[in-house]
Amino acid sequence: MGIRFILMVNKQGQTRLAQYYEYLTIEERRALEGEIVRKCLARNEQQCSFVEHRNYKIVYRRYASLFFLVGVDNDENELAILEFIHLLVETMDRHFGNVCELDIMFHLEKAHFMLEEMVMNGSIVETSKSNILTPIQLMDKTS
Amino acid sequence: MDTLFQRTLEDLIKGIRLQLIGESAFISKAMDDIRREIKSTDPHIKSTALQKLSYLSAIYGLDMSWASFHVVEVMSSYRFAHKKIGYHAASQSFHEGTSVLLLITNQLRKDLCSTNEFEVSLALECLSRIVTVDLARDLTPEVFTLLSSSKVFVRKKAIGVVLRVFEKYPDAVRMCFKRLVENLESSDPQIAIPVIGVFCEFSSKDPRSYLPLAPEFYKILLDSRNNWVIIKILKIFAKLAPLEPRLAKRIVEPICDHMRRTDAKSLVFECIRTVVTSLSDYESAVKLAVSKARELLVDPDPNLKYLGLQALSFIARKHLWAVLENKEVVIKYLSDADPNIQLESLRLVMAMVSENNVAEISRVLVNYALKADPEFCNEILNSILSTCYRNVYEIIVDFDWYVSLLGEMTRIPNCQRGEEIENQLIDIGMRVKDVRPELVRVGRSLLIDPALLGNPHLHRILCAVAWVSGEFVEFSTNPFELVDALLQPRTSLLPPSIRTVYIQSAFKVLIFCLHSHFLENETTASSYSDTVAWGTSELATEMEWPENPNLATCKAPAFDKQEEGTPRDTNGAPTDLSEFTLKKKNFTEESIVNLLNLIELVLGPLRADHDIEILERAHNILSFAELIKGEIHDDLVQKKEILGTKDVKVSHIIKLMHDAFSKELGPVSVNAQQRVPVPEGLMLSENLDDLKTICGDVQLPSANSFSLGGLHFGVNCDVSPAELLRKEESESSNESSSMLAEHRKRHGLYYLLSEKNEIVKNDYPLANDPELHKNLKDDAEDLVKLTEQSLVLKKRPSQVKPRPVVVKLDDGDVLPISSKRPEPRDDLLSDAVRDVLLGSDNKPSSSRNTPSDMKSGERKGKGKGKFNINHPSEVEENLGDAENPDQENPNTRRSQHRGHNKERRHKSPRNTGEENNQKGKKKGSHRHSRHKTRQRAESPLNVVSQSPVIPDFLL
Repeated sequence: MGIRFILMVNKQGQTRLAQYYEYLTIEERRALEGEIVRKCLARNEQQCSFVEHRNYKIVYRRYASLFFLVGVDNDENELAILEFIHLLVETMDRHFGNVCELDIMFHLEKAHFMLEEMVMNGSIVETSKSNILTPIQLMDKTS
Repeated sequence: MDTLFQRTLEDLIKGIRLQLIGESAFISKAMDDIRREIKSTDPHIKSTALQKLSYLSAIYGLDMSWASFHVVEVMSSYRFAHKKIGYHAASQSFHEGTSVLLLITNQLRKDLCSTNEFEVSLALECLSRIVTVDLARDLTPEVFTLLSSSKVFVRKKAIGVVLRVFEKYPDAVRMCFKRLVENLESSDPQIAIPVIGVFCEFSSKDPRSYLPLAPEFYKILLDSRNNWVIIKILKIFAKLAPLEPRLAKRIVEPICDHMRRTDAKSLVFECIRTVVTSLSDYESAVKLAVSKARELLVDPDPNLKYLGLQALSFIARKHLWAVLENKEVVIKYLSDADPNIQLESLRLVMAMVSENNVAEISRVLVNYALKADPEFCNEILNSILSTCYRNVYEIIVDFDWYVSLLGEMTRIPNCQRGEEIENQLIDIGMRVKDVRPELVRVGRSLLIDPALLGNPHLHRILCAVAWVSGEFVEFSTNPFELVDALLQPRTSLLPPSIRTVYIQSAFKVLIFCLHSHFLENETTASSYSDTVAWGTSELATEMEWPENPNLATCKAPAFDKQEEGTPRDTNGAPTDLSEFTLKKKNFTEESIVNLLNLIELVLGPLRADHDIEILERAHNILSFAELIKGEIHDDLVQKKEILGTKDVKVSHIIKLMHDAFSKELGPVSVNAQQRVPVPEGLMLSENLDDLKTICGDVQLPSANSFSLGGLHFGVNCDVSPAELLRKEESESSNESSSMLAEHRKRHGLYYLLSEKNEIVKNDYPLANDPELHKNLKDDAEDLVKLTEQSLVLKKRPSQVKPRPVVVKLDDGDVLPISSKRPEPRDDLLSDAVRDVLLGSDNKPSSSRNTPSDMKSGERKGKGKGKFNINHPSEVEENLGDAENPDQENPNTRRSQHRGHNKERRHKSPRNTGEENNQKGKKKGSHRHSRHKTRQRAESPLNVVSQSPVIPDFLL
């Protein structure tokens, strides 16, 4: 399992989206999120985007007010994960049009669907934006 | 009608954002609504309620397990929009322990077979998250069908699910694996990514099983234009290449090509990693990788910097030259703005340490530590300490230097590594005889500094140096100064457990002074008759009494600039010496009295201390001081007339006390206690709960009981001084003894009978019994030989003086090793994979879902020899794995000892203790039997069947 979890957290440290690929209890999740947010949000632009935490490596990137944090195994390729984050943001951008924090808040389900199209069992399964978005748009039409 | 008034998710979110009544109040109100709505019979209301619930659960971490039955209800809704909400909630909240999982098997099956590809996709997504053994077993046929679905959208998700299904239910491999491999050959890029991802996962767990697929992987490596896929393929090859040299040879060139051609840094990094971890024998490839790593390293982008450092640390394991080449850059990053980069470069710097440059590097690092922020400072200290400790100070040649370095570390303002430094100071004191004078000198400079007492992080270190000063006081240049330091007023800042060490050390120093003093007296008295007695009786204590009388007499801790006099060599002419002592005698007489006065003055108030340990020790030393003072006073009154019986008594007592302390405490093996046979008739209470009522608020002894324990032993176990002490105690410390008696009355259960004490004691081997000593000596001799050898072999030109002997315990610090290795759970999986790949036509074993069944299936498989196709080489490898945990975390001490001991076992089998041998034998036989079973299990047929698969590609 390459990716263990994906978090989106705003500047204030509030979780906006959390997707785990291994089962953690709610208490464990909250504790983990708290620790990671404290660690990553304190870092500045001149510092690198990789943080070791517990037995994970956190790869994160900030887009406007939102931090995208991905927890990966230690032998995962960090740069590839950064590219993945960028792909995710571009995909959301294409769907929502200039995506912002509010879009994710109000369309959490859609964000989850995008992630589900992109990642399965913690490994990336789809990297083409149109392939990711087509089923979501189809679903939108039918429902 | 209800539908109209229900809040939608959007309303909920807006409400939370408005925060008219506060967030938590609003949410709890919303939860009340949800609880009501979710029971509704209207599917729309129900599903909206569930949607809100899963939102709240995801964002605010509210529990939603109570609603799991409602989740199942919504999942089975016929409308896709509702079903979607249900499935989402299920994959979010269900786990192995959820009871309603049993109810959804049929629903999942129905949706997996649906004609609507989105429903299928929902079911697959959900299955991949919540799959259990039961679900995997029951739904394998459906997944199998979907693996060859004509719809790519469905097929790629089915591939993703297979990973989890196989993990849970290895028998599924027999059915589905062929189809999975067919997908590997598919040209559709949408299929390639997930299928490679799945194989990457599989091969990371058990690479050997997937060797036969190497040709397919190779093809993808050459043909694929997708960086994601190539990165994953490289990960697979990194695992496969070490197993098959021919494969490594084939892939080196393509990988180097990728490295040269690509612009994608992620791919470059992956290539570097693959080359340096798995293809490190191919020099040109490694050189290319190193040059690429350097490009990353010097890039201004912090991410690339960090990865460059990481790449170097992979390389460092086998090609240290690559790190040395980039030494300047690495050291420069020690002061980078990013703590993570600092840490990585620190790791690299530590990788460069060898016995030739340890002093130089440590100097640089300590300077960095002085400037660094507290966290990084302690990281630096930690890595210096652990690196130097490695394999019992393997890289340290000059211990004097190391000890003074430890002293320097203590003075770094941010130092918080007290415990580690404490351990090492004591450890070195015990192991390395030659360094003790320096140790005492360093200890003195720390002890006399009153400022250090104010820093709680340093208390542990002070505890260690106090102990060292007491234990090795004979190397001190000025014991009076030590007593002053040990009794200075600021010691009240110390925690009681450490204060006791201070008091006890002061006691030791006092005894040493008295002993030296009275011995001189005796010698002068009998100097004409037997001057030789001096040389023999004196305990090799080269002492120089302070030249400056003020210093010794001063009561307050006034630490003048006392230069350390060079220890005088007593082995000179004996006549000189007696003259010398004669001259000094009056002065010492006076100084001793001053010393006793000081002790009484400072420790007097402690007679009523609250801490029992302090109380007891203070009483010990005070009553002893009183006793001696009385005698000396008489002595002075008599004006040095012929030595009367009294004086003989005094010197006798002192001699006894001195003997008690002068017996050296050897290092005690961690396993020592296990070797003590349990005396007959000793009943040990199994349940120690009632101890709590006694210990109550007493702090449990922490690690420093190591040193304290030693002290206790020294005092209480030697019979005569112990008796003496008891006598004294009864004289003077009525208070404490009455307290003790009361305690004994209340908790008599936990005291040994006092009469029995001696008898029982004789059954126990002493901490450093002669046999152990013999062992140690043998050891030491052995070590001398070894070091001599290494001297000859390695030719260290820089070495000025030979490395002192470091005492090591033979089986010393080895913990009993549980030789059982947990059986990897996916053994069965890899067995199954091999079956399929190698075409052996086994019928699925009858193993079912429960773990115990699985194990029995596995055992059966091995017995029949059907599944096992291990090479003999793999047997070795497995054994190697069993040892590996040691190498993997070099920070744990035990493991190093163990590694070290093993090495020694080879070199000096005679010296290993009996028990050790036994252990070795046991272990050996264990290995042996394992080996045998493996070999037996391995039927020739399987080996043959494996071999034809790979070669046609590789040759």
